[in-house]
Amino acid sequence: MPNPILNSLWIIPLLPLLGSAINGLFGKAWPNKIVSSIALGSTGISFLCALEAVREFLAGGSLPFRKEFFDWIVAGNFRAGFDLQLDQLTVVMLLVVTGVGFLIHIYSTGYMAHEGGYYRFFSYLNLFMFFMLILVLAANYVLLFVGWEGVGLCSYLLIGFYFLKKSAADAGKKAFIVNRIGDFGFMLGMFLLFRSFHSLDFKTVFDAAATWQPDAMGQFGTMTVACLLLFVGATGKSAQLPLYVWLPDAMEGPTPVSALIHAATMVTAGVYVVARSHVLFTHAPTAMYVVAIVGCATAFFAATIGLVQSDIKKVLAYSTVSQLGYMFLGCGVGAFSAGIFHLMTHAFFKALLFLAAGSVIHAMGGEQDMWHMGGLSKKIKITFWTMLVATIAIAGFPPFAAFFSKDAILFSAYNSQAGGKALYTVGLLAAVLTSFYMFRLIWLTFFGEQRYDEHHVHVHESPLSMTVPLMILALLSFTGGWFAAPPLWGGKDYFSEFLSPVFGAAAETGEAAHSLELALSGVAVVAALAGLIVAWRMYSKKVERGTSTGLHKLLYDKYYVDELYLAAVVRPLVWLSTSVLWKVIDAGAIDGTVNGLAHGAQAIGDTVRHTQSGNTRSYAVWVVVGAIVVFAIIFWPVLHPALFGGVR
Amino acid sequence: MAMSGHLLSILIFFPAFGALALLFLRADDQLWIRRLTFVVSVVEFLFSLILLKPVTIGAPGYSLVEYKPWITAPPINYHLGVDGISLFLVILTTFLTPLCVMASWNGVHHRIKEFHVMLLLLEVGIIGVFLALDLFLFFLFWEVMLIPMAFLIGIWGHDRRIYDAVKFFIYTMFGSAFMLVGILWLYNLTGSLDLPAIQSLLQTGVYHLSPRAEMLLFLSFFLAFAIKVPLFPLHTWLPDAHVEAPTAGSIILAGVLLKMGTYGMMRFCLPLFPEASHRAAPWVAILAIIGIIYGALVALVQPNLKKLVAYSSVSHLGFVVLGIFTFHAISMQGAVYQMLAHGISTGALFFLVGMLYDRRHTFEISEYGGLCAPMPKFAAFFCFVALSSMGLPMLNGFVGEFLILLGTYQVHWTWASWAATGVILSACYLLWAYQRVFFGEITRQKNRELPDADSREYWGLMAFAVVILWMGIGSPYFTRRIAAPVDALIQQTRSHFAEEAGRRGLQPPHHGTEQHGGLAPEFRAASLAAGFRDLHGRVVSR
Repeated sequence: MPNPILNSLWIIPLLPLLGSAINGLFGKAWPNKIVSSIALGSTGISFLCALEAVREFLAGGSLPFRKEFFDWIVAGNFRAGFDLQLDQLTVVMLLVVTGVGFLIHIYSTGYMAHEGGYYRFFSYLNLFMFFMLILVLAANYVLLFVGWEGVGLCSYLLIGFYFLKKSAADAGKKAFIVNRIGDFGFMLGMFLLFRSFHSLDFKTVFDAAATWQPDAMGQFGTMTVACLLLFVGATGKSAQLPLYVWLPDAMEGPTPVSALIHAATMVTAGVYVVARSHVLFTHAPTAMYVVAIVGCATAFFAATIGLVQSDIKKVLAYSTVSQLGYMFLGCGVGAFSAGIFHLMTHAFFKALLFLAAGSVIHAMGGEQDMWHMGGLSKKIKITFWTMLVATIAIAGFPPFAAFFSKDAILFSAYNSQAGGKALYTVGLLAAVLTSFYMFRLIWLTFFGEQRYDEHHVHVHESPLSMTVPLMILALLSFTGGWFAAPPLWGGKDYFSEFLSPVFGAAAETGEAAHSLELALSGVAVVAALAGLIVAWRMYSKKVERGTSTGLHKLLYDKYYVDELYLAAVVRPLVWLSTSVLWKVIDAGAIDGTVNGLAHGAQAIGDTVRHTQSGNTRSYAVWVVVGAIVVFAIIFWPVLHPALFGGVR
Repeated sequence: MAMSGHLLSILIFFPAFGALALLFLRADDQLWIRRLTFVVSVVEFLFSLILLKPVTIGAPGYSLVEYKPWITAPPINYHLGVDGISLFLVILTTFLTPLCVMASWNGVHHRIKEFHVMLLLLEVGIIGVFLALDLFLFFLFWEVMLIPMAFLIGIWGHDRRIYDAVKFFIYTMFGSAFMLVGILWLYNLTGSLDLPAIQSLLQTGVYHLSPRAEMLLFLSFFLAFAIKVPLFPLHTWLPDAHVEAPTAGSIILAGVLLKMGTYGMMRFCLPLFPEASHRAAPWVAILAIIGIIYGALVALVQPNLKKLVAYSSVSHLGFVVLGIFTFHAISMQGAVYQMLAHGISTGALFFLVGMLYDRRHTFEISEYGGLCAPMPKFAAFFCFVALSSMGLPMLNGFVGEFLILLGTYQVHWTWASWAATGVILSACYLLWAYQRVFFGEITRQKNRELPDADSREYWGLMAFAVVILWMGIGSPYFTRRIAAPVDALIQQTRSHFAEEAGRRGLQPPHHGTEQHGGLAPEFRAASLAAGFRDLHGRVVSR
């Protein structure tokens, strides 16, 4: 049979699911070695299968592949099937997810070696791979939603992995609920799409949408609303304003989880959905504009918080939020392929940053506060050098990965129609901040004098299982951008070209654009340099944690957004539910009425029963009274005129 | 074959024979009482699976009909039948009963024989309700079922059991009284008590109901069903009844009894009084949506775990009612599916809560905490069931909820949008409760040594888990059988209404015209050109 893997594409997600089930059901009794070989084996083979599928896909002329495996939900004219597809966009996502996922699995065997619940961890991690692969392979919105919710579940389970800690359990719950708020929008978006297109299948929806003509006002009302609703879902999953609040808390989970789920893969799902639905979004300029603005604002907003955090993972978390903002900015200005490109490079360097941070934490015996580190560069050399590569990459120095991807986004933003210059400026400012907080992290962690007690902390380099993934990712962070080196760098935008069957060919850029692009690259490098220099000036000398006041405190306390949500949403809701709905309406009004009726009936009965006195004379009285009443009724026609006739 | 001719009767009365057999056992022979009941209920379950075959896919109408004249005047007949809607409700009942026996294994210690007799008689009543096609017979079973249930609560319940048994009984009787009046009215009008006969008499216009009379009749039936569902604001018996009921009582109560209300709406209110149903629909939908949100919010703040699950039922059943009164093929199939899914998930939740009660004799959430450590298996099952209850895709709760919301959105997007907030809230109350019970450090010394699920409990939970997963992945197995009767039901309500409206020179109601409501005109044209199906599955062509 030709294309064995492509025709059984389900094998790619199924393998991790099997691994998860086996480890989850039986892994408890097994030694770590067996558990990890099952977990690694299933993801590793899945990665190889993905490679083979991609090879078959390319060998077959890169035609979009789509196959329906079985019906999942059928009702009326609605059908959602277990339909998988493979096109260029899926190829990118598939390789990132399986490749980076596999590396992080390897890393985890070292990182989690001394933790309890080893089998549980790998079971969840494999389950995550399953759902993530469903998400990227799905050929309709409903199946995508399966992956979408499923990765949320795994995120919940893994954030709350250390469930004895209340903060971890809280963070997991928060992540799930905030994501559900986004899902609410996503679901309504799907409903609206179904109402308009009578299908939720990608191909059907996009083919129909592509031929859609604007109304008399030049608007696509339905499309705009549908896109905005989908985007609400994306803000939840990809931690954008105003639903970003769960991601920093999610750092309670083990560090490999932060790298895999909360940096490289799951959080980019929102970007993927927007890019996947690009046909809809391009028909909804207003929605695109909202995407761009939200992305840009988030990029800047999160970066400002990242400036002052002292927890190494928190810095990286806000950095992730900020970088995701860039991706949305790219999509919002129509540069979908640049957004996806940044998604890919980000997966490399951010996974690396988290893993390296994990290696630092591992070396420091669990310490995460950068003010208790310092001078580590000589002690954990591999970690230091790889992390430095990632830092240079994210800061945007050529020829490292993010230089190309971030540049492509900013360039597109600059050239976009409405307000492009403003978007560009904010994006550029965020780039300065990015460079600053990353180099601040480097200096605080690796340079300066050591601020920890050497008698208690025995700094040691991590085992090979952890450092090898670091080195591979460092290589990717260095070279990952070369897929899309702009022409003036002597390269060719292979990446956009590869994705062009999905997103359409990029517009030809003229000579003027080339020189503009060159100028903007120069500005970007200067921006990165500025951040670097400020960080160097501030943190390369002997530093101490100062007292936090004013703006610094505002940033350090994250603009008090959590407190605001707590006071404005959570507490009023709990108060309303307890004090009004439950105690007053339910127990008081409704049940009070019910019991009141019962008591009323009882009271009537109590009163009336006194007539049953057992006293013969009183019964005789009642008989007489009854007789009179009966007579009165019978003779009413006679009595009526006789009694009242005179009045008339 | 003689047996299959009377399969439905056998299904109804086999548990009664089982109950009779129990009487021959010695009262202190606990083990054999339990074993015998278990065997009887499992055999009953296997019997019910035979139903799957004769109920043909894609054909509406009743299968396995049994018809015996019973009383000549008034003409009360023993008329039974099963279709795709009642089919799975019967199987749900027979599936849950053996699990109830398992759930009571450790929990019930006195009057064991009577307990199991009541349980089997309860099954008789419930299956009778789902299979009866004669109004009087239906009413009979409807009332019969109350008695064992009230006893289950009143004798084997917890502290305030008498109060709640009485409350449950009278609340339901209050509604039934109205239904009885409605039944008698219909009999006076048509001279028949046979559901299909009355239905066709009304539909063909042999007897015509004035709008006022139809509405009153509708309300008389609807009130009884709405109390049973329970629809906000008639729900206050439910949390009380659940808290006091023994585990088995709660499983049956939430799993099946509540569905008798929604089943009644589909079987009686809609086909008999289509126009009134349409007119009442907006009000019913509003109550359903209030119930969804209100139930979830009140569940959120319950300090009592069992009450929390009870209020979550109010919320989930709100979805079902909404799905029914949208009169849309997708949402109504979703509603039937949600009945089944809720029966399984909530049955499992009560099973789990009952296990906790057996161990610690309290439902207070604050008494627990950190149970993940001593009871990992139990915690895993609880998590799984909670996820199914909050509608995680690939588990059973999602399919029903999604279809209901999807279908509702097609005709009333505001209803669907409000109802969809329930999706957020269900995650809130379940996860919060889960966290307080299972995560964190153990705060009470007693909890440190709690035994994990034993093998009986484990296999009971496994049965739930398998069905949860199967219903989540293989939903077409169910919906294919549900589809035809649901479509027929919608057709009945619609054609009748259109005819009515035509006769009185009215426009059809807006739900009829709004099929393409949100559609931009230019796209409507495009979709027509492309030969899209319209919302009801008919292919639209130029």
